[in-house]
Amino acid sequence: MSQDFRLDNVGMVNREKKISFKFNGKKYFGFEGDTIASALIANGVHLVGRSFKYHRPRGFFGVGVDEPYAILQLDRNNERDPNIRATEQEIFEGLEVKSVNCWPSVNFDIGAINNFLKMFFPAGFYYKTFMWPPSFWYKIYEPFIRMAAGFGEASIKHDKERYEHKYEYCDLLITGSGPSGLASAYAAAKNGARVILAEDKPRFGGSLLTSDVNIGNQTGVEWTEKIIAELKSMPNVTVKNRSQVFGYYDHNMLVMSERISDHLPKTQKYLPKQRLWYIRANEVLISSGSIERPLVFGNNDTPGVMLSSAAKEYMKVYGVLVGKKPLIFTNNDSGYETAIEFKKNGVNPIILDTRSNPSSDIITEAKNLNIEIKFSYVVVAAKGYKKVKSADISRISEDKRELFNIENIECDCICVSGFWTPSIHLASQSGNKSKFNEKIDAFVPDKSKQQENTIGSANGIFTLEKTIKDAFDKGFDVSNKITKKNNKVSVPTVVEKKSTDHDKFWCVPLPKGKSYKRFLDFQNDVAVSDIELALREGFRSIEHVKRYTTLGMATDQGKTSNLNGLQLVSDIENKVVPQVGHTTFRPPYTPVSIGAIVGREVGKHSKPTRKSPMHSWHEKNNAIFVDAGVWLRPRYYKQGNEGLFEASKREAKNVRQNVGVCDVTTLGKIDVKGPDAAEFLNRVYTNAWLKLPVGKARYGVMLREDGIVMDDGTTTRISENHYHMTTTTAQAANVLSHLEYYLQIVWPELNVNVVSTTEQWAGAAIAGPNSRKLLMKLFPNLDVSNEGLPFMGYKEADLFGIPAKIYRISFSGELAYEINVESDNGYFMWQKIMEVGQEFQIQPYGTEALSTLRIEMGHVAGSELDGRTIPYDASLEGLVSKKKDFIGKRSLNRSAFTSTDREKLVGVVPIDKTTSIPEGSYIVKDPKAKLPNPKLGHVSASCWSVEYDNPFSLAIIKDGKNMIGQKLFAMSPLKNKTIPVEIVSSHYVDPEGKRVRS
Amino acid sequence: MLYINCPHCGLRSQNEFAYGGDATIKRPELNKEVSDQEWDNFVYLRKSPRGKHLELWHHISGCRQWIKVERDTSTHEIFKTYKANEAIK
Repeated sequence: MSQDFRLDNVGMVNREKKISFKFNGKKYFGFEGDTIASALIANGVHLVGRSFKYHRPRGFFGVGVDEPYAILQLDRNNERDPNIRATEQEIFEGLEVKSVNCWPSVNFDIGAINNFLKMFFPAGFYYKTFMWPPSFWYKIYEPFIRMAAGFGEASIKHDKERYEHKYEYCDLLITGSGPSGLASAYAAAKNGARVILAEDKPRFGGSLLTSDVNIGNQTGVEWTEKIIAELKSMPNVTVKNRSQVFGYYDHNMLVMSERISDHLPKTQKYLPKQRLWYIRANEVLISSGSIERPLVFGNNDTPGVMLSSAAKEYMKVYGVLVGKKPLIFTNNDSGYETAIEFKKNGVNPIILDTRSNPSSDIITEAKNLNIEIKFSYVVVAAKGYKKVKSADISRISEDKRELFNIENIECDCICVSGFWTPSIHLASQSGNKSKFNEKIDAFVPDKSKQQENTIGSANGIFTLEKTIKDAFDKGFDVSNKITKKNNKVSVPTVVEKKSTDHDKFWCVPLPKGKSYKRFLDFQNDVAVSDIELALREGFRSIEHVKRYTTLGMATDQGKTSNLNGLQLVSDIENKVVPQVGHTTFRPPYTPVSIGAIVGREVGKHSKPTRKSPMHSWHEKNNAIFVDAGVWLRPRYYKQGNEGLFEASKREAKNVRQNVGVCDVTTLGKIDVKGPDAAEFLNRVYTNAWLKLPVGKARYGVMLREDGIVMDDGTTTRISENHYHMTTTTAQAANVLSHLEYYLQIVWPELNVNVVSTTEQWAGAAIAGPNSRKLLMKLFPNLDVSNEGLPFMGYKEADLFGIPAKIYRISFSGELAYEINVESDNGYFMWQKIMEVGQEFQIQPYGTEALSTLRIEMGHVAGSELDGRTIPYDASLEGLVSKKKDFIGKRSLNRSAFTSTDREKLVGVVPIDKTTSIPEGSYIVKDPKAKLPNPKLGHVSASCWSVEYDNPFSLAIIKDGKNMIGQKLFAMSPLKNKTIPVEIVSSHYVDPEGKRVRS
Repeated sequence: MLYINCPHCGLRSQNEFAYGGDATIKRPELNKEVSDQEWDNFVYLRKSPRGKHLELWHHISGCRQWIKVERDTSTHEIFKTYKANEAIK
């Protein structure tokens, strides 16, 4: 197809570079610098989608971020991107886009039947229809709503593109490179401030790209180029195009998304697709400009009806005519500028002006160009289905209530201008309460809330001369507060055409006997009648009206619809707009891709991975790893065809029979030092600590203030005022914060310091009957006899030339020792243990065998200390001191905690001695009891006992101790299993604890 | 994201800190008889004021000091920050 609507030699696209792309499977050509919208319009394509609710044909309405219609789905380099605005996405060779919200095609859309059923889709349709019967919800309503919802389909594939985050600090962030942005950036940069100037579009200049003005004897475009070139050359300035500042957060933190590669066929090597900037700015100047308001009339959503400023930009920037028989419908002078532009390009427009007799430079110029102007005229309704073919127009009475004779005139587009709405979104997000400006019928920012100022048309200033002057002043003032350099640049002279006041008219009344849909929100299909209905049904607050009708709730967040909606509500309610107020502006200003928000934090990058110094040894020896918090730990070491079950059984059995070694580096380690360390531990732990001698370890349990067990572990007295505390892997960070809290806030009088030493020590637990023999070989000069190094003893020794610490502690229940060396020596230690241990049949064991060993012994761990248990529940009451006070002690007296039927730790063995009990199973008396079956407790951990070669589980059940010997049932509805079980003691192996002391 | 002036480190972003709740809560003294009501108030009951609030923050990814921050809970304005042992003015 040829570009029938492309003008010769007009615009800024690169005519040297022709680009082909596909829209709905059909090939089109455009030029480098075109957006999808401009390229399609050049090809005469105006039907690009279907509306959300009624599936009415959709064309192009705007030329930028405000676009409510042209939402497309893009395929780029095998990645799918929904919710792309055709007015912003630049074309590149090979681009493929398609329409959304239509089936089977945009030309013939089945859903358009909704348009004829529209009496059944009133405001609040969803709330009214999908309520009953309740049983319809899951199977019928929800799938239907899901199918109908949204624009486009998100990909379910992993996104292979790269997204980055960047943190930046600056003196001054300027959001928008229109006249006010450029002027203030220039003034501030010349005054030495560190400036970031962000522009959403590919081209800098904003309105200067399309307005016929003169600044310092240059055209707007020339002046823009000069300023941008100079800013780019300054080291204190960052200038970014394709970058949207979309959110203004607390304490002057703004977030900007930079589209680095979206306009290219493929993301370049070493560059991300998009980059999210977190900018902490000392000061912000909001120069986000303004968006033209539509006028409301019948069928004003027909393709070919668009904003007049958009029509002008398509001509001036892209060299594209939106139509060849344009009708301009305006209530202000802006429409005239578009008309003049058409005329200059050889097209004869007709202007319908709602005003009766306005006069200004621009109107005079239009008259001199012989443009046909009809004053006191309005468009009553657009005619045509997939494209405007003609318009019903009429003269309107002075009071704007009465229409006269309706005439039909031919046209192929209707360019509307209902004056301008300042983009106050960022100011409003910062907390700035807006105020209503009667002169422009719109809200403007009020007093600054954070360090922000709004300038230019975003602040309701619509003359260039004042905009430029104010912006130069503001740029200087704001920068001077920071730099104090007093370097003021002179303000250039500005020549512009003078315009006159706009007409406060915004909505054309319905002619008698007609029921045209007059749309307010073009993306969500909210018409005047919907708002009227909502108000009739009693909705008053604008926030409620918004949610009930979905006005302004679409992806464009009502950029073109909000003010007309407020006008309507205030008209019906006989109020003025400021009384109605506006809905809250929330970030993001424009949709941001999830990829950009997530950044690099995907997959393995979403959290740090911590590895022990022995990690590479485990890898080399076929360890299968498991995530333990942020740590990677060997779960088991695979031999031959073994699976998890066989391997862990072999490893655990070897510990019980010979000796095993387990990497315990991940255990939290905290150094507790100071003259009051013993007193501090005595308050932190439930048991007594004052009399622990130097060179001895003790097991301790700590509670939260609410009496729940927080963590457990052993702590060793290294010297008089120095303790080495261990915590569980999972709670290490929390315990440190907990200790710091008590030392810094609650008991600052205690002279104690704590510091994490987890990463400083590599740890290996040696467990099993052969462990002493192994120790003797590792430390030939050390007395490791039961008397020399008794249970819970501690020694420092030399391990083949490196300093080591030996703790005689046991988690497995076997005779066991834990050796710690400095992390750098961890690998060496491990190698030596394996080498020397060979003759004692040593084998490494992973977390699965470790679990087996501790479960058999009835030692509690995270699955029992699950944030719900008090010491009594976990059979730890022996560790609770009656004599002294400690953190959480007072809570243990609460009646719920002293109740006799609390759940308590027991052991569970299946009667058949073969069926493993799923973790999480319920323990019940009668498996056939009426549901909900009264639950006695739950199975917290299960293993295959290597001691007795049958399954064994720990459970926490009501009145546990008295249940021992009873035959009950373990039920797992999840796994559909019911297993007859016997309750036994939780100390299944070596209940007297002889082995650890042997 | 809040910008918190750590009295030990200077201005740092909120993501370096952990929130620690009401800073005016005082733990009952050890070994002292405490009524159920008093203990419940200490463990569970917190005011949720709109406006000025003195709260604890822990600079976990920085100096690891607990600090006190006087903050407006509705506007997030931070009026002043204090070291843990500093007198509140």
